[in-house]
Amino acid sequence: MSQAKNVKLKIKRQESAEGPARYDHFEVQWLPQMNVISALMEVRKNPVTSDTKEKVAPVNWESNCLEEVCGACTMLINGRVRQACTALIDQVAPGGEEITLEPMSKFPLVRDLVVDRSRMFNDLKTVKAWVQLDGTHELGAGPRQSPENQEEAYPLARCMTCGSCLEACPQVNDSSNFIGPSAISQVRLFNLHPSGKMHAKERLEAIMGEDGVAGCGKAQNCVEVCPKDIPLVDSITQVSRQATKHMLFGWLFS
Amino acid sequence: MAAKTAIRSESGKVRRVIVVGGGLGGLMTAIKLCEAGVPVDLFSLVPVKRSHSVCAQGGINASVNTKGEGDSPRIHLEETAYGGDFLANQPPIKGMTDAAPGIVYMLDRMGVPFNRTPEGLLDFRRFGGTLFHRTAFAGATTGQQLLYALDEQVRRYETVEVEDENGMAIPGEKMVRKFEFWDMLSLVQDGQGVCRGIVAQDLKSMQIEAFPGDAVCLATGGPGIIFGKSTNSVINTGTAASAAYQQGACYANGEFIQVHPTAIPAADKLRLISESARGEGGRVWVPKNPKESRRGREVPESERDYFLERRYPGYGNLVPRDIASRELFVTCFHEGRGVYNTRTAKNESEVYLDLTHIPKPTLKRKLAGILEIYEKFVGEDPYDNPMRVFPAVHYSMGGLWVDFERSADGGLVHGSPRNQATNIPGLYAAGEVEYQYHGANRLGANSLLSCIWGGMAAGPAIASYRNNMGSSAYDAGSNLFDGAKKREQAKYEAILKMDGPENPFQLHAELGQMMLIDVTIERHNDRLDQVLAKIEEIDARSRKVSVLDTSSRMNQSAQFVRHLQNMIVLARVIAQGARNRDESRGAHFKPAFKERDDANWQRSTLAMHREGTNGHGQVNYVRELAYNLNGTQVNVSDAVDVGLVKPRPRKYETAGAASATAADDKAKASPSTTSV
Ligand SMILES: Cc1cc2nc3c(=O)[nH]c(=O)nc-3n(C[C@H](O)[C@H](O)[C@H](O)COP(=O)(O)OP(=O)(O)OC[C@H]3O[C@@H](n4cnc5c(N)ncnc54)[C@H](O)[C@@H]3O)c2cc1C
Ligand code: SF4
Ligand code: FES
Repeated sequence: MSQAKNVKLKIKRQESAEGPARYDHFEVQWLPQMNVISALMEVRKNPVTSDTKEKVAPVNWESNCLEEVCGACTMLINGRVRQACTALIDQVAPGGEEITLEPMSKFPLVRDLVVDRSRMFNDLKTVKAWVQLDGTHELGAGPRQSPENQEEAYPLARCMTCGSCLEACPQVNDSSNFIGPSAISQVRLFNLHPSGKMHAKERLEAIMGEDGVAGCGKAQNCVEVCPKDIPLVDSITQVSRQATKHMLFGWLFS
Repeated sequence: MAAKTAIRSESGKVRRVIVVGGGLGGLMTAIKLCEAGVPVDLFSLVPVKRSHSVCAQGGINASVNTKGEGDSPRIHLEETAYGGDFLANQPPIKGMTDAAPGIVYMLDRMGVPFNRTPEGLLDFRRFGGTLFHRTAFAGATTGQQLLYALDEQVRRYETVEVEDENGMAIPGEKMVRKFEFWDMLSLVQDGQGVCRGIVAQDLKSMQIEAFPGDAVCLATGGPGIIFGKSTNSVINTGTAASAAYQQGACYANGEFIQVHPTAIPAADKLRLISESARGEGGRVWVPKNPKESRRGREVPESERDYFLERRYPGYGNLVPRDIASRELFVTCFHEGRGVYNTRTAKNESEVYLDLTHIPKPTLKRKLAGILEIYEKFVGEDPYDNPMRVFPAVHYSMGGLWVDFERSADGGLVHGSPRNQATNIPGLYAAGEVEYQYHGANRLGANSLLSCIWGGMAAGPAIASYRNNMGSSAYDAGSNLFDGAKKREQAKYEAILKMDGPENPFQLHAELGQMMLIDVTIERHNDRLDQVLAKIEEIDARSRKVSVLDTSSRMNQSAQFVRHLQNMIVLARVIAQGARNRDESRGAHFKPAFKERDDANWQRSTLAMHREGTNGHGQVNYVRELAYNLNGTQVNVSDAVDVGLVKPRPRKYETAGAASATAADDKAKASPSTTSV
């Protein structure tokens, strides 16, 4: 048996965006298969700092599925944006190093590690990320689709609105309204679907211009950080091509 | 004041219905309400798109019969009733299985990227409790894809304007308003006990507000977190169901908790490896030699015990979950034959789940999502060496009691306001939070179906209730809502002042550990008596916790204290129900009462809350219920409606035993047809 080891955490604490920030240090006992969320769960069972031995409020963070499918637990771990639930302690800190946790910086802070990502859900409205259905009543089978089509769509459909790609994108900042990679990739997804296609034009119009596809600076950080390996650069290129085509020839068909 | 219309109250307010929960059940309810022209306020603890339904991996059942096997909704009904050990009312199951093919087609039209056959049709795979290929799937993240599809449709309704009686858009009013990061605290009930809205708390600002609603539908999911660690998401505390129960809603069949046979143990969560792994050919085994020291892949075929295939030649690795979990438990605990760990020199509580005989490209195409989970969390390659798994708490068959209206031929009256209605007038429920479809054991891939179908039934039922209701909740007077809000504010203030010696998170871990050990796979009355005593102790200690955090902004500790209190209430319902039921049926297994006892227990457990003298809850079990539906008294009993499929003993040893119709079809077919 390996002897008891400890997990060391350094966590950025902030009551609100306006309030002062500080870092608290905690130590909890290492457990097999532990990840950053389970370490945080241990902290709140005894929220006392390891250096000053001060009793503090338990850390607030967001999580839900704990298997990297809901996107909730995204944060900066040692400065890198990722999901805390798949951040295994043994991989992040193999030698028992201190692990730094901070909230994402591109979204308004709520408290501690929690930020407000509602803009991403609003962006999905902007790009009309849905198939326009006549209704949910029975209308028989859907359109046939080739396995290839499914294999192109499925990876795009796994976007969990986690925000990692926005956090990593240099074009997403205080002085820009760039919609970011994930919403653009959703345009590609819905423009691919046999009936979604019918409204491709509206989606393309929504993302033309500086706040849309043209805002991409081609830094390609997004693909690096996307936990679902979504081909975001591909998506941006494709949608950008669709948009250009629509701009040049769209009037022919309207 | 104008007269009330279909859209506006007398006071001129837009008459909305409240849906609490944005998983599959809640979203489908909201869509059906919108299609019926009813505006919706949708509440959720988390952004809707992050609801627990995203976790579902394997698929959704529908007898579309594209593989030429002769599958049909009738067979699906029979296998669901049989799989549930005849504890579920059959008319609602029939409604669901009849609707299933249409539901999968609808999801396909919404854009769910279901896996396809070479001809471009939907592909289907096998799941437990059936011999048919009946499960549609989108890789191994089907729940996520289904949730996203419904979420997208609801998002569209967030942009659609409410129209008045003359078809004119009402400025500023959208068909759906979302309240995400809100926690429902309680129902607002008028003097007659009719549900008139809810009180909820904004989890960012911690503000408490009361909201009127002409009806309320709870679609708040299951209570798995009562068991500490499970396959469930962390928000699945059952808090809303518990609150409704404490306000008079009946909770049914609470003791029926599904334990899934194959999950990966860890410190924070027991991550599921979906049944689809076995549906695609995965095999469960342990080495014949209990001290086997070679790696799984190095153990030769002849030295492996495929114990499920051996004991259940008919259904093999795809026996229903209650049976598979019990067999794993027996193999590891009673026989001590779990996989041997050379480092600890112990037989661990683990068996092999083996996919290594299946070509890697096939696995990638059909199961990548779950194999990724195994790789990410265990750090081993499941394509190369068999996975190591153990059972985990997974699903609650029990939940809020809901009604249905039976048609003359034993089916369901579609659109009846009784469907999905709880015994609190104006309160409906859909999804895992209610008890209707799965009896004593749920078949895999039937839950996504029952959640969506529940929403499809609840929407029209609520619209009908709302059309025929007397005064609107929006005319109920502000006193009612102010009073309800003040009560909740006072309760919350009291929580913020709690400064005792106990840590709420620690106390929860204790509760969970106990429930997990004694109220899951095997249940013994003496142990259950101890559990019940311990629940009283934990209840008492929960009143002496420290809130840990007094902040007036996002305060997760204070919120958790409330959830903990509500979990304790439901834990008692679950444990007491298990203690009472002296028989074995589906997921409820008592070694001292091994047989199913239809004479005494072919009935639903109906639990009603009672406040005890010490302030602790007490469970009052009833045999009959009565409630008032827009002026008509409805009386129901705990008898199970088994009019469509006659109860008989469950025997998964024999192929095809789960459906008489399928067996008949097979007998009628030419003698050369040997299997479906
Ligand atoms: C790992 C896993 C895999 C599964 N795989 C399958 C599968 O392959 N096939 C299958 O059929 N089933 C599967 N299931 C079961 C299925 O996923 C669930 O039963 C189903 O998704 C439940 O959906 P729901 O709509 O009832 O609730 P949920 O999806 O749990 O949603 C509940 C909603 O209620 C909200 N809520 C809860 N409490 C409150 C409150 N107090 N105030 C406000 N909002 C609240 C939540 O925020 C959430 O939006 C699986 C389950 C698990 C755990
Ligand atoms: S595209 Fe990837 S990184 Fe961006 S939000 Fe979606 S899942 Fe996250
Ligand atoms: S908790 Fe869902 S992605 Fe981590």
